[in-house]
Amino acid sequence: MKKFDAIQNYENTKKAIGYVSRKVATQNDYDRIGFMSGLEVHQQILTKNKLFCRCPAGVFSKNNEFDAEIIRHMRPTLSELGEYDGTALMEFRTKKEITYRISNKNTCTYDIDDTPPFPINREALENALQISLLCKFNIVGEVHITRKQYLDGSIPAGFQRTAILGVEGEIPLKNKKVRLIQLSIEEDSCREISDIGHKRVYKTDRLGMPLIETVTYPDMVNPNEVKEACDYIRFLNRSTDKVRTGQGAGRQDVNVSCKGGTRIEIKGVSHTKWIPELTHVEAFRQWALLSIKQELNKRISNTKNWKINYEYLDFDMFEITYEPIKVAKDNQYKLVAINLPEFKGILSHFTQPTKMFADEISDRLKVIACIEKPNMVHTEDFVSIISEIDLEIIVPMLRAGNNDAQIIFWGPEDDIKTAIEVVEERCKMAFVGVPEETRKSFFDGSTIFERVLPGADRMYPDTDSAPIPLENEYIESLSKKLPVEIVDRFAQLKKWQIPEDTFTYLLKNNLVPLIEKIVNELKFNPRFIGVFLGQKLKYVEGHYRASVEFENTSIFNLFKFIKEENLNKNIAEIMLPIIYQNPKMQLNSVLHDLKFKKRTKDEIIAPIAFLQNKFDEIGKNKPKEAQINWVMGELRKQALGNIDLNELRKIILNS
Amino acid sequence: MNADFFQGYKGEALELLKKYNVRVWGQAEIDTTRGQFKGTVLPRSENDDNKHIVVKVITGYNIGVDVSTITKMKETGYKKANYAIPEKEFPTTPNLPNVKLFGTGGTIASRLDYRTGAVIPAFSPGELYGAVPELADICNLNTEKVFAVFSENMGPSQYMALAKAIGKEIEKGIDGIVIGHGTDTLHHTAAALTFMVQNSPVPIVLVGSQRSSDRPSSDAALNLMHAMNAAGNGDIAEVMICMFGPTSDDYGLLHKGTRVRKMHSSYRSTFRTIGDTPLAMVNRYSVTPIKKDYKPRRKDKNVQILPFFETKVAMLYYWPGIQPDALDSLIDSGYKGIIIIGTGLGHVNKELYPAIERAKEKGVMLFMTLQTLWGYVNMFVYDTGRDLMAKGIIPLGNMLPEVAWVKLGWVMGQTTDPEKVKEMMLTPINDEITEREPYNGYIVLQGGVPEVEEFIKKVRK
Repeated sequence: MKKFDAIQNYENTKKAIGYVSRKVATQNDYDRIGFMSGLEVHQQILTKNKLFCRCPAGVFSKNNEFDAEIIRHMRPTLSELGEYDGTALMEFRTKKEITYRISNKNTCTYDIDDTPPFPINREALENALQISLLCKFNIVGEVHITRKQYLDGSIPAGFQRTAILGVEGEIPLKNKKVRLIQLSIEEDSCREISDIGHKRVYKTDRLGMPLIETVTYPDMVNPNEVKEACDYIRFLNRSTDKVRTGQGAGRQDVNVSCKGGTRIEIKGVSHTKWIPELTHVEAFRQWALLSIKQELNKRISNTKNWKINYEYLDFDMFEITYEPIKVAKDNQYKLVAINLPEFKGILSHFTQPTKMFADEISDRLKVIACIEKPNMVHTEDFVSIISEIDLEIIVPMLRAGNNDAQIIFWGPEDDIKTAIEVVEERCKMAFVGVPEETRKSFFDGSTIFERVLPGADRMYPDTDSAPIPLENEYIESLSKKLPVEIVDRFAQLKKWQIPEDTFTYLLKNNLVPLIEKIVNELKFNPRFIGVFLGQKLKYVEGHYRASVEFENTSIFNLFKFIKEENLNKNIAEIMLPIIYQNPKMQLNSVLHDLKFKKRTKDEIIAPIAFLQNKFDEIGKNKPKEAQINWVMGELRKQALGNIDLNELRKIILNS
Repeated sequence: MNADFFQGYKGEALELLKKYNVRVWGQAEIDTTRGQFKGTVLPRSENDDNKHIVVKVITGYNIGVDVSTITKMKETGYKKANYAIPEKEFPTTPNLPNVKLFGTGGTIASRLDYRTGAVIPAFSPGELYGAVPELADICNLNTEKVFAVFSENMGPSQYMALAKAIGKEIEKGIDGIVIGHGTDTLHHTAAALTFMVQNSPVPIVLVGSQRSSDRPSSDAALNLMHAMNAAGNGDIAEVMICMFGPTSDDYGLLHKGTRVRKMHSSYRSTFRTIGDTPLAMVNRYSVTPIKKDYKPRRKDKNVQILPFFETKVAMLYYWPGIQPDALDSLIDSGYKGIIIIGTGLGHVNKELYPAIERAKEKGVMLFMTLQTLWGYVNMFVYDTGRDLMAKGIIPLGNMLPEVAWVKLGWVMGQTTDPEKVKEMMLTPINDEITEREPYNGYIVLQGGVPEVEEFIKKVRK
């Protein structure tokens, strides 16, 4: 039998579906595959306490810092409309034992669902309502707390308490409006410590912190637009100053589909800069799966009757060189060979730039059957593990045909039944196209299977809490306290002629109000302040450790001081790093530290002639430009705070 | 239109629904001054106000729409939800024990009730099998709904009805009995059944769930499995409560019906044996006795059913500065026996003495139990105690207050002869008064700092 060239097949199929990298992809490529994307943007709300209990919010624990452990197993329950949710049933199959590590400083009996909820945190509700109003949502008349089932254990109760505050909003992008489906307020979930085999461990520090979720319609038609929309929503959230910042405080789920595909939810993307690559890769993954569907339906006339067959293998039948199989043998795992009729060339079919179809099966073996990776080898691995000699044993055992492909997997005896079902299920899904999934993202743009996509069937009214009415007067009073809209902020920054590359930083950190205040009250040039914050502050932030006491008023006070002391504003950039680290320091002392002396223009320009001569001695035959730069360098320190550097340069040039 | 079309709505909200011909379970478009809302109109809980209409939006969330903002409504479709736990026929396996499950209400298996917004029990074997298929590996199951009341509504007439129903099942040769019950008064019922069903040849296990079975983390399924195992396969033929040992999904404990009490309003591991160790540990596969001297399972059917109860018995929880009128009012209302729950070793203040004397004159019997719950009444240690005994108050040893009330009702349902009542009260049926208290029974763990902290950290309580 001629050896199958998997690498060549992978490249061929990649080409056949018309995969292009994002760098060269154009709107035509995205239109060709019918790229469609929407967002679920999560943002923690800044409050002192958690949402439904009085534990402090934002007090975190290390993985090994806990006072007690609690174990739970989750069971699916019916939704309000009497249905079981698909994800719930999938999670139940995984038979996970979930351990919560509980630290008394941030967790109480409510978090573990041993106590019913306390009334909702009104501060969180109010902050979330303001953001809802900014997004132009139709605000509900009464807030109904709903339970959203999570059987993965990320919430000890097995459900998240969540409630809709508004429906049907919109945000403006550069070229279009993006419609918003809804905004909800909800409890944050646990943070996972580990997930190995049938044991998953969480810590409960983040659990119960207030969070909002803004959901858009799938109005975005290319990867960059998705990022733009996401940035807009995050800037808008930040503009209220009532949200948490820092790692994990804002994160998003990105929904992607292609023409003929299905909504896939990429979970927990923590940086918006990752969005374009992730959405690009996902849309093409679906496109590839549709090509697989077409190919399989061509090969197999009656897909309903398609069946796998399998045989248990004896480790001793083979000469084992592959380390994971050696380990499997030592662990007394079972070894199973599966024949996939008509799947030759499918296993190594391109799905993502670093992945093939076989990975889709391996992912599910890990997640549903709980068999740790590597958990299988197959006949189309780029580096063959299954040798020709092995095949001579396996192929007859499985009565495999020429167009078939084979998988060998291993795992604990108790997991084999589920594993075989999982393999067959995933292959059968290939006949239909793109299975509905949530996927976990990696920074290289690839994704792996995480869970079956949950639907509306996992919602259930919270019988432990009463509805909360939102009267007209209350909503109106909130409307009066709203910050300026982000779209107007963009316009303002442009009008001030602040360079566009600083916008993200300025909006992300909600610095426009600060620029406004410095400009209005101290009469500085807005472009100068914008650039100062967008470049100098950003630089300092990246290179120095901030004092916890450093805040926007520290910067305002700096400029106020410069104005009152009648200094040149260019002193600000060397004062900033010191203030950033020691915001309580007297500004006069900062100047003293910098060895600043107040000098007149004449004092500063006096040594120019001397310096020019000096340069001519040491830097013979250098161009005039070099001389100017050298002299500037010598005088710069004395000049800062005393004279504008452009003016100084001109004087040197003319001397 | 039929009133059912507007389930739970009243006042303004009802008028508006009628005006625009929009029914509950109708899909509606609702225009308001706050914009448009679309979704399915849901029933409204009776206790909620009449100013909002509840709508389930397409994403599955519920919202309320303020009727004062509504400008127009239109029904565009109608689809009534069919909320039913999928029923599957409970399989019969030849070598497994036959267990009878009596339903009384409570949250052991439940579903949503729009009328109250709370949860109501679901119960048939098919429903239970649909929800907890593992039960079929433990026993063959038969169920009977004796009544459907919330735990707080369980009382003497229900105790008697249950006792009779249990008697009939034992007569028919059942291998074990499980009673599903709300948790609030589970220990009252357990005590009552201990007195009313004596010498049972099979286990009688009361079980509930602390966190309702409509949540994925509920303790209901595991409790049910533990109870079925204890009833069908366990060797302890007593009236017991079976609930979580630790709050983790780990093992259950079997508590003697006369020594157990609910000790936390919502914790899963709320039931604790007081003044003794629990009877046994139980999981899905085994029952491991902690106490060795239990009453074992027998082959005969010699059970005694004693369904008696005098409802004119009361409890009086003493407070400092209590006035005689507190006791007088009970006497004047015709109560025949009163359990006093006193401080310390069994004390009340002197101000109450006149009322106590009056009770004696009127033939009202008074008994003393303890607010401390743990420990024995001892009225010899201080003068007050001796005074009280002289005035006719009978100390009840380490009998728990609720158990004492149940027992007094049961005794006085049989006799009013003071001597006979006293004798019966002081003769334990099943350890409601024990002769000795073991050291490992005293499990209030606050005396173990810092070791208890370490223990909780390591042992997953």
